[in-house]
Amino acid sequence: MSTDAMPRLALAAVLLGALAFALVPLILPTYQVSILTEVLIYAVLAMSVDVLAGYTGRTPLCLGAVFGVSTYVTVYYSSTFGGSPYVGMALGVLAATVIAALFALLAIRTSGVYFLLLTLALGMIVWGICLRWTSITGGENGIRGNVRPAELAAHLPFYYVVFVAVAVVTFVMWRFVHSPFGLTLRGIRDSESRMRALGYNVSLHMFIAFTVAGLFSGIAGALYAMFNDFVSPSTVALTQSVEGLLMAITGGIGTLFGSFIGALAIIGLENAVSLYTERWQTVLGVAFIVIMIFAPEGILGGIKTLLARKRG
Amino acid sequence: MDLSVTDFLALDAVTVQFGALRAVDEVSLRVRKGERRAIIGPNGAGKTTLFNAITGVVRATTGKVLFEGADVTRTAIHERARRGMSRTFQITNLFPNLTVAENMRLALRGLSPRKFSLLGSPALNSEEAGRADRALEVSRLGARRDSRVKEMSYGEQRQLEMAMALAAQPRLLLLDEPAAGLSPSERVIVSDIIRALPRDLTLVLIEHDMDLVLSLVDYVTVLNNGKLLVEAPPAEIRLNKDVQDVYLGKARHHA
Repeated sequence: MSTDAMPRLALAAVLLGALAFALVPLILPTYQVSILTEVLIYAVLAMSVDVLAGYTGRTPLCLGAVFGVSTYVTVYYSSTFGGSPYVGMALGVLAATVIAALFALLAIRTSGVYFLLLTLALGMIVWGICLRWTSITGGENGIRGNVRPAELAAHLPFYYVVFVAVAVVTFVMWRFVHSPFGLTLRGIRDSESRMRALGYNVSLHMFIAFTVAGLFSGIAGALYAMFNDFVSPSTVALTQSVEGLLMAITGGIGTLFGSFIGALAIIGLENAVSLYTERWQTVLGVAFIVIMIFAPEGILGGIKTLLARKRG
Repeated sequence: MDLSVTDFLALDAVTVQFGALRAVDEVSLRVRKGERRAIIGPNGAGKTTLFNAITGVVRATTGKVLFEGADVTRTAIHERARRGMSRTFQITNLFPNLTVAENMRLALRGLSPRKFSLLGSPALNSEEAGRADRALEVSRLGARRDSRVKEMSYGEQRQLEMAMALAAQPRLLLLDEPAAGLSPSERVIVSDIIRALPRDLTLVLIEHDMDLVLSLVDYVTVLNNGKLLVEAPPAEIRLNKDVQDVYLGKARHHA
């Protein structure tokens, strides 16, 4: 199966998935519509994790913090500063991209567990700053926003705005991972030394990939600011980065679209389980272990493997 | 040592030191344009380290590497590749999860600005496609374009190593044991491929198989314990007493 052109079956599956996301909210109660909105936003975060973890072979633990920086900037600009929410979102995405570029300068020379730990530390710094810089961030109390315009106050119209935005972002990310540049990332994942011998400046490619992943995380963070209209240190916490990674892994690392399945599974499970017990994180942990043992390639990755086997 | 600019590749007293070990010890070497040179020697003689110093994987501790008259001793690997150096690896170094066509695409685009196209189409343009086809034909992999590398035989992977090194249209091609681990019939394929390379391509080759080497090159450099032992045409190498002692004799016993 060629990885370039999308095979007909995959295209049909993607269109079917998009159709489901487009139509199902019409028959859901408002609370579930808001959960589905969250799923779409987190899927973008998970896809940006996948750009690094799945396509470049570097697992980041700081993109949740980059996401949160965008949320902070958007909320701060629109409420404390009193500016337009759309300008705030643009500034949020810009801030996230700049932070990601700075992080990239530090992280690109490492790989494996060192990359994991370095990005973890960078994310923790962001969290520490948001917690301690109370004059700006409000510390643990966070900031209540003024991001969501009145015409988008209702759940359903807001859902469709997010749906369109996420659809556009997803298409762009799909083009990105399948572009000539995207292929160089998969080359780096497989063999850095060969890439160098072929004339590639591996560090530069890693820098661009990291910054682009930050840009997409920032878009998710800005949408989240409009969704939640509130930001606190938990938005930039490590759990945010870990959840993004779990979603990408659950859906299938290196599949991009798997992020939607992963986000749906994890946010759905969170909400379903928390109805019955406060220990939903334990249940989530067990679910994750089960996936790691029985389908380490994730849900979509598992389906792809099964289909490939069937075809022989 | 006086280094004239006419030398295509010149090493001036290159030493590579790893802690207490002198892997390469003051080796000087000159390769003319279009020459086919073999570097031979027993295991641990420093052949691959010398290759790594030429291509930039390791840096010479002392001494100089000159490529087409320019000092590249401190130049990054990818910069040397841009100047026209291309190499294969002793241990197969490919992109195992990608197809042959994708491997070739990466090999072709290493020196082209298209590698930075963030949203462009992945397809090759006609000029690139022509180069990929030619390199695959020369390496006899024309029918394997859509195969995933990890699903191919070892011999085919060695052939792809060559195809990728050739796709960049290098001026200097460095082959690190291209026939290592191959069956006799696969060796014939590889030596045929090497023999069919364009004559203006300068070739430096490390190889263990003496018969293969001596039939392919114009000149042989023998290394032993990191030092240059002899430099001579293939016919003299066979008869050289020192070479027989350090290399051929031992190699026979090992084999």
